[in-house]
Amino acid sequence: MSHSLVTIFYIVAAVLFILSLGGLSNQETARRGNMFGIIGMLLALIAVTASDAVTSYGVLAVALFPAILIGATLARRVKMTEMPELVAILHSFVGAAAVLVGLALKLNPKSHVGLTPIEVTIHEIEVFVGVCIGSITFTGSVIAFGKLRGLISGAPMLLPARHVLNLIIVGATIWLGILFVGHSDHAMTMLLIALFLTGILGIHLVMAIGGADMPVVVSMLNSYSGWAAAAAGFMLGNDLLIIVGALVGSSGAILSLIMCRGMNRSLPSVILGGFGTGDGGGGTVITPEGEVTSIEVAQTAALLKNAKSVIIVPGYGMAVAQAQHTIAKITKKLRENNTQVIFAIHPVAGRLPGHMNVLLAEANIPYDIVMELDEMNHTFPATDVVMVIGANDIVNPSALDDPSSPIAGMPVLEVWKAKDVVVMKRSMGTGYAGVGNPLFFNENTSMLFGDAGENVDAILAQF
Amino acid sequence: MIIGVPKEIQPDEKRVSLVPRGVEALKKMGFEILVESKAGIHADYGNPKYEEVGAEIVTDTSELWSRSDIIVKVREPLPHEADLLKSSCTMISFFWPDKNGELLEQLSAKKATVLAMDCIPRITRAQKMDALSSMANVAGYRAVVEAAHAFPHFFTGQVTAAGKIEPAKVLIIGGGVAGLAAVGAAKGLGAVVRAFDTRKAVKEQVESLGGEFLELDFPTEDGEGGGGYAKTMSDEFVKAELKLFAEQAIDVDIIITTALIPGREAPTLITSGMVESMREGSVIIDLAAERGGNCSLTEVNNKIVHHGVTIIGYTDLPSRMAALSSRLYSTAIVHLIDEMGGVENYNIDMEDDVIRGALVLNHGNITWPPPKPRNPGPAYSVDTGPRPDDEEKKAKAPEEPTTTTKPLGKTLLKSICMIIAALAIIYIGTNMPKSFLSHFTVFVLACFVGWQVIWNVKPALHTPLMSVTNAISGIIIIGGILQITQPEINATVVLGAAAVLLAAINVTGGFLVTSRMLAMFRR
Repeated sequence: MSHSLVTIFYIVAAVLFILSLGGLSNQETARRGNMFGIIGMLLALIAVTASDAVTSYGVLAVALFPAILIGATLARRVKMTEMPELVAILHSFVGAAAVLVGLALKLNPKSHVGLTPIEVTIHEIEVFVGVCIGSITFTGSVIAFGKLRGLISGAPMLLPARHVLNLIIVGATIWLGILFVGHSDHAMTMLLIALFLTGILGIHLVMAIGGADMPVVVSMLNSYSGWAAAAAGFMLGNDLLIIVGALVGSSGAILSLIMCRGMNRSLPSVILGGFGTGDGGGGTVITPEGEVTSIEVAQTAALLKNAKSVIIVPGYGMAVAQAQHTIAKITKKLRENNTQVIFAIHPVAGRLPGHMNVLLAEANIPYDIVMELDEMNHTFPATDVVMVIGANDIVNPSALDDPSSPIAGMPVLEVWKAKDVVVMKRSMGTGYAGVGNPLFFNENTSMLFGDAGENVDAILAQF
Repeated sequence: MIIGVPKEIQPDEKRVSLVPRGVEALKKMGFEILVESKAGIHADYGNPKYEEVGAEIVTDTSELWSRSDIIVKVREPLPHEADLLKSSCTMISFFWPDKNGELLEQLSAKKATVLAMDCIPRITRAQKMDALSSMANVAGYRAVVEAAHAFPHFFTGQVTAAGKIEPAKVLIIGGGVAGLAAVGAAKGLGAVVRAFDTRKAVKEQVESLGGEFLELDFPTEDGEGGGGYAKTMSDEFVKAELKLFAEQAIDVDIIITTALIPGREAPTLITSGMVESMREGSVIIDLAAERGGNCSLTEVNNKIVHHGVTIIGYTDLPSRMAALSSRLYSTAIVHLIDEMGGVENYNIDMEDDVIRGALVLNHGNITWPPPKPRNPGPAYSVDTGPRPDDEEKKAKAPEEPTTTTKPLGKTLLKSICMIIAALAIIYIGTNMPKSFLSHFTVFVLACFVGWQVIWNVKPALHTPLMSVTNAISGIIIIGGILQITQPEINATVVLGAAAVLLAAINVTGGFLVTSRMLAMFRR
């Protein structure tokens, strides 16, 4: 395949990738979008394999086939509740691949053939930057994976003088970069030290971030993985990689931004970490006091049966308890009973952007009764029963009326405006943000304590 | 602490300030409750019902007043009642401080504390204590019922064997709580309902209840005056408005007017000429009668017939539904006392907007009118429901100081960033070779395309978006593939192959899991 033909293939692939992301603007076109993505990827692979630069098909096959097998198995086996982990680990692969490509390129004797001196310098910088971004993405994603899996504690690890530490690492890396470009004798050593340092930086950055900020972290790492791919594109002089990297990078950046808005926090404050410790907000936090009304399963079921309209607010607790299937059955019974059921999803519910939607879709809940925060808040006053399942911070009224609260100003679902609120919760513990919730003490709030999974099963049995 | 519930002695007042359910709630908070004998008799709450929930029935009026620490009433006290109040006591009732100046001074001399239910600010948080709104709601409903009673025809239209019956046409002026309640009630009876308000925001509310919102043929002027009240409109506007009413008067059967001005005479909207133009048997219910009426012929607390048109100026509509009104009022009272801290933390919190708004006398000091957090403006309007944006404005207020201090640093930072970016671009433009620039162009354009495309993605699809981007960022596989072709197996080949392996896992895993997820999304 000639060079020009390969380029044309690349352009077509790039267009298909853009269409693929564009297709996700709604559920009907999303499947087609995914198909475009797959076709684009196949075209790109065919083009590069058929190009004159590639002849060692044996090596390619050895690397490719096990990978396809592993990828397919992963995709088939993963539970929908484990999506955040899968996404995180896949990010780490992109990071690692960027590092490997950078190192391979550095070791490749042919990489400088036919370049002017200034181009060599630029190339060196590109390799260095690519390796560093790849390394941060890799270690950061591995830590995020560990935190999401529960292998590492979700609480933020706050070293003393951690900002200074980060600055030192960044400074040292830049200094190494300057040395790397100038001196070719120990260049490989410099690169490896920089690789190690940025790896530490990635670990440290994500370790310092609390569990409540996980959606932001995952989408940020998504963004990084895109920039890593773009950097690889620069070092190879490959426009397709640059385009895709930029697409993914801006996609991750937008997602991070949306998540931050969902929590009313600025991106820098999330990146700097330390949220979710319980004292994060500074100032004195008013601990709500009062009497909690608890409710039994039978009463809850009766309440639901008599309601004309029900709103269900799921949180991460629902995912943990795998309660979505039973909830789908209850929803079905209620809808047969002519009760209006709507699901209200907060932007940061769960541990991944859109996490709740995927779980509800898995349980066959029609997507047109699954609504967003903005669509829902005005409907609560006209609603009979709100059932909050395993959510806490996203329904906390102190975000609106207590300026000293760490979550002050975060948009929340105003469930307390409904006639009755049933909150399913394991205990009176605080949410991930470590903030007390006055909702639980409201007159119209009843608490259904116990495991959410068992409780929804028991409620279903009452129908 | 002891709360006393006296019997209302104003003529035609059938309501009672606390119903047994309220007594129960207050007792739970730790109060003792005294109820004057037969206080609730006209609202269907006899003495036994109060005794059942543990209230003490007191026969002697002066004993009740002298033993109570807090008196809860519906109407403002008559002068001789005010005399009975124990010195330094608290009283909660409707008070209308703007027209009861003398009473205010009389109670001030007794070092009394008075919370006026009619002065509770109309903010979202205070909704549960807003007795004016709940009374307006009852009045609006009752106005329709009174109209139906006086109107010698059906409300609903019918086609029967005995001939066709036209539906009644109802015009409701003012889209506040009472007006909207009237729209709902009249619609429920089957009438054709039209409503008018100077504020355009009301249109949606009227339409949501099934009414038709009348609009003036007039260049845009919105009557929104802030604070939930309308502002005074220009003369031309008023003229256009009266013309509209004159046209409507000929057409409609029933007019219900609810245009009240706090602290002022009600505006005259229906002239005697308009009344005379109405069909015989028509009915006008004037809910503004207490303040002079919206109809020039209205007689307060009276029903008159003029040219065959019945004009009703009752001011006791809520009292005519005493059982319900009392229950709603009682709930507001209980919430207010709860807001003040119950027995244990009982205090008058001047920082609390709701309490501060309602407080007209504090230990004898006149604290009315309260400092205005916002200016409601000269108001010509209709009593309106609480408006959610009030609360929003309030919520935003405390943030202001922080935002005014920040911008300086922020703009500085922003401009520094801009300067650095500009310098970087100039540097790239002057020093970089062509090959780099072409890649750079592609990069910047792709960032912008991505930015535009991704904002359109539905929040519900954010997880599939992440897994698709995962898959396509596996395009880095190309980088690996390009490395593996070497003369011999060396480090570059091994590293490249490893990159291919990882990236291929990403590609297959990402695409497959996305299609698995998307297959689940269904209607």
